[in-house]
Amino acid sequence: MTVDPPATTRKAATRTRRRARRRVTIVGVFGELLITAGALVFLFLGWQLWLNDIIVGNQDNHTAASLADSWDSGNISLNHEEPVAPDYGDPVVPAKPSTDQTFAVIYVPRFGKDWVREIAEGIGVADVLNTGRIGHYPTTQLPGQVGNFALAAHRLTHGAPFRDIDQLRIGDKLYVKTKDGYFTYIFRNLEYVSPQGVGVLDPVPQQSDVDGTTQVLTIMSCNPKWSTAERIIAYAVFDSWQPISVGPPAAIASLANAKG
Amino acid sequence: MYGTLWHILPGPAWVRVIILLALLALVLFCLVEWVFPWVNSIIPTQEVTVDG
Repeated sequence: MTVDPPATTRKAATRTRRRARRRVTIVGVFGELLITAGALVFLFLGWQLWLNDIIVGNQDNHTAASLADSWDSGNISLNHEEPVAPDYGDPVVPAKPSTDQTFAVIYVPRFGKDWVREIAEGIGVADVLNTGRIGHYPTTQLPGQVGNFALAAHRLTHGAPFRDIDQLRIGDKLYVKTKDGYFTYIFRNLEYVSPQGVGVLDPVPQQSDVDGTTQVLTIMSCNPKWSTAERIIAYAVFDSWQPISVGPPAAIASLANAKG
Repeated sequence: MYGTLWHILPGPAWVRVIILLALLALVLFCLVEWVFPWVNSIIPTQEVTVDG
């Protein structure tokens, strides 16, 4: 009798507290909205930097590989590993591509054993770069032309084709395949410029008043990796050309000829 | 907000957990499929090109 009343009071008090905690308050809802917003931001970052990056990258790897396969002619001989590379004459310059058109693919073994990406005309962010492709500066030359074949692509997000651009070593080969043949370039050096450093696009890079006689491949992305403060430029010089009919260079034969 | 959601759901606790997980999966799917690509298209992307 003497114990009961306080017990029921306590029980009632607990009930009241529980009901009070359950009541929806403006501050409570606001807090939960803030937590939700924070979670959404983290989810978006995870999607942009990781999930979507992987998806877009893999997609373009597949698209580029099958596009490259479609350019192969029926009879390809793989027996061309002669000590001296035969001379196949002047390279066939691709026809001037229209904006957004994929006209070549590029293989860079340093970026991964089965790494291959599409090269499209134009450097539009939404129509070319964000699709995981590599963009070609329309004002620069094409493979096989004397001058500068200049390309740009993401280093982070959207498939990040040039994620490992800073990992290139002198002598690394870069192979560009068009529907007519294979262009082999040899990596020469890196350069770091400001976002206004358009000298890298000159036919002879950084020599605006020189016509030049050589073929250069210039690839670029942003630098440092998480920033847009600078651009990282990688130069490669033309080494050799071979028509599509003789098959891919030995180093990328297994890759370029997977379905051939 | 979330407390209210928990209380208006029917059934025992494990049923509510399953319903909430299904709702979460639906929300995540909508985010990845439509919301994130849209956000991505309106925020400024990384600049990778040179421009005079």
